[in-house]
Amino acid sequence: MQFHQTTLPNGLEVVAELNDDVFSVGFGFYVRAGARDETADVSGVSHFLEHMAFKGTDRFSAEDVNRIFDEIGADNNAMTGEESTIFYAATLPEYLAKTFEVQSSILFPTLRQDDFDMEKKVILEEIGMYEDQPASVAYDRAMQLHFTGHPLGQSILGTTDSVSALTSEQMRRYHAEHYRAGSIVLAVAGRTEWSNVLELAQQHCGHWPAGGSPRVVSPARSVSSTKFIVKEQCQQQQVIQLSAAPSCSDPRRFAAELLCVIVGDDANSRLYWDLVDPALAESAEVGYYEYEGVGTYLTFINGTPESTKANLERIGRLYEAVNANGVTAEELDQARNKLATRLVLRGERPMGRLSSLGGNWLTRREYRSIADDLAILRGVTLDDIRNLLVEFPLVQTTTVGVGPLAE
Amino acid sequence: MAQHEVQHATLTNGLTVLVETMPVVQSAAFAMIVPAGSAYDPVGHNGTAMGLADWISRGAGDRSSREVLAELDRLGVQSRESASTQHLVINGSCLAENLAPALRLYSDVLLRPRLEEEEFEAVLSGLENGLFSIEDDPQKKVMVELIRRCYPSPWGQPNDGTLADLENMSPESFREHYRRSVRPQGAILGIAGNVTLAEVLPVVEQSLGEWSGSNEIVLTEGDRGPQREHLPHESTQTHIGVAYPAVAYSDPDYYAAWAAVNVLSGGMSARLFTEVREKRGLCYSVYATLNGLKDRGQVLCYAGTTNERAQETLDVLRGELIRLGDGIGEDELDRCKARAKSSLIMAQESTGSRASSLTRNWYHLGRTISLEEVRTKIESLTVQDVLNYVHAHPAEDFTILTVGPDELS
Repeated sequence: MQFHQTTLPNGLEVVAELNDDVFSVGFGFYVRAGARDETADVSGVSHFLEHMAFKGTDRFSAEDVNRIFDEIGADNNAMTGEESTIFYAATLPEYLAKTFEVQSSILFPTLRQDDFDMEKKVILEEIGMYEDQPASVAYDRAMQLHFTGHPLGQSILGTTDSVSALTSEQMRRYHAEHYRAGSIVLAVAGRTEWSNVLELAQQHCGHWPAGGSPRVVSPARSVSSTKFIVKEQCQQQQVIQLSAAPSCSDPRRFAAELLCVIVGDDANSRLYWDLVDPALAESAEVGYYEYEGVGTYLTFINGTPESTKANLERIGRLYEAVNANGVTAEELDQARNKLATRLVLRGERPMGRLSSLGGNWLTRREYRSIADDLAILRGVTLDDIRNLLVEFPLVQTTTVGVGPLAE
Repeated sequence: MAQHEVQHATLTNGLTVLVETMPVVQSAAFAMIVPAGSAYDPVGHNGTAMGLADWISRGAGDRSSREVLAELDRLGVQSRESASTQHLVINGSCLAENLAPALRLYSDVLLRPRLEEEEFEAVLSGLENGLFSIEDDPQKKVMVELIRRCYPSPWGQPNDGTLADLENMSPESFREHYRRSVRPQGAILGIAGNVTLAEVLPVVEQSLGEWSGSNEIVLTEGDRGPQREHLPHESTQTHIGVAYPAVAYSDPDYYAAWAAVNVLSGGMSARLFTEVREKRGLCYSVYATLNGLKDRGQVLCYAGTTNERAQETLDVLRGELIRLGDGIGEDELDRCKARAKSSLIMAQESTGSRASSLTRNWYHLGRTISLEEVRTKIESLTVQDVLNYVHAHPAEDFTILTVGPDELS
């Protein structure tokens, strides 16, 4: 695998990890614009804009966009998160040029009013769909509560009210401010030539407006708080807890990732043996999430309402034991092994490599090969985990429940 | 299209081993199916196969439950045990060099599970938790209940089980079912990755060769559920499930059936997405998929929409299904072919996807089928072939289920 990198005159960063041993090529535009870049009056605009991209440009209508991707069998989609919007596609090498032409153009959509009005209905349906999924409701509210007063607390989808009130003019302003070459990374993984990547980038992205992301990263402070949203019709109780963890630029993030595998992976972790194996809960997991300037440990548990209180207390005791005594060498070994295999398996497909390639460059201007990642994993020691726990212990700062329980 | 070599061998006990050698990857994936799926669950004990899939991995051979999982982590095996309608299923992937010890471990799980009493309660609670979570997820629930209604029992019974049956289950009923059903005759082990049959076969013979017998349970086909029903649920959206008959995977018309469903729901330019979502904004999620058993199939469709627009959504959806018989454009079929070509080629990058395909093809067709053969069959389809299929198997005899606040007409 060969890594290449360049920056176009307008500021667009281009990275590629090319590999002749695969059959396809994946690429993605990683835009540094997500829910945290929104003001409250346009909550949901990043995600709505992602949908509007597929409504096309002056050259390609919405039907053209959908039709062309299907005509060449490209596997394309987009997603919006707290910190980024990603437009990606996997395709056969012979169709890369066409796929690239369409996928790059839709980052600058026309935003026709009738398309905007129609797509608004779809977004409202999407909001409705997630409202019917208790775990999604819990996630949204937990982020909102944990990051009260901080932009990371903003919902990705927005609310029925905020999306209903949104105008295409507001979306246009948001787009002009956030979709600039300097806030976008083009990542390419798989089977093609670097000269080909350069040519496509220059031809289709060279004219994009220059300029960078206006994001201001402000510190986040969370105070302990709890909220239970009552849904009496639910059989299960969902609970999400959040607490502070290293940010995306903190070298301790690797230790945090291993810690979460040891304590809260979906199988053979401490939470698994304490809660899931004896079926006290259906799931009990903790994961590490990194953002610019801040990170979180996210604990998720679901099970019967009657078991919830005791389960949360068990988790609290388990976390205290980890904070006080750390983890064992055997646990660290197993977790390293588990993550190493996941890395290698995921890396066998261009789309698997693309997500780490694009994500690493967007957040850190950093390239890591699979070998680099494996070396980092091997280098994490028990001391690293102990030191991590001093500043970032596992605690239950913010708690949000969704289900029959009122407290 | 580049071809990987596929080799196979059938052991004297009836277990077939298939190996597709993929020289450029580091991993190997396996998909093991044993004819002991939820259709074989004893009457009044629906969920037994799914529960057994959990119980057999909670301690096997010399290893306790904890030691089994520790060994899987040590070997870096990502795996999952579950039940489908017809099979007990074990899927896993790992680095190719760890495949042999992984298979040995799973031979313990299949042949020498401890099935300890003290683990049984957790198995039952696990089933119960899983069923409660489906109750809370109307999008999932509508499809589980749609399948229960569109196939006769036992083919439609949910793999995850039925809440009311849990009280009938006991360690003894599970052990009895294990003895009767978890047998090698007709079992298939598909492996894809950086391994060869010559390397794998001795390991399989040594670890699974002593396994014997066949599942002799005779299934009696019973009734299907009501064709039209509404399940009240306090939800924001009404979740709509629609099913109608199609052909099985082994049917000569399967590829035409596949194309017909793909014209409806194959990509973002397909009809359901275009008519229901793009033109009318009625929903976020709408799709149709071809669901197959050994001898029959159904097209399963889903749409989720806010309650006041649910009637219109159902009407448009049903209208599109029926309208397929009026005609199909050359361009529509061409897009299906293009999508198939890409996805077939990309499947060669995934050991997991290849292992599952090997197993599926052997089960349904009794042979391996190369990607080139699939591609040729799809390429040779004409619009008339697809239309002939649609006319022979029109969208009618619908099963319609809704989950939401109000009933639709």
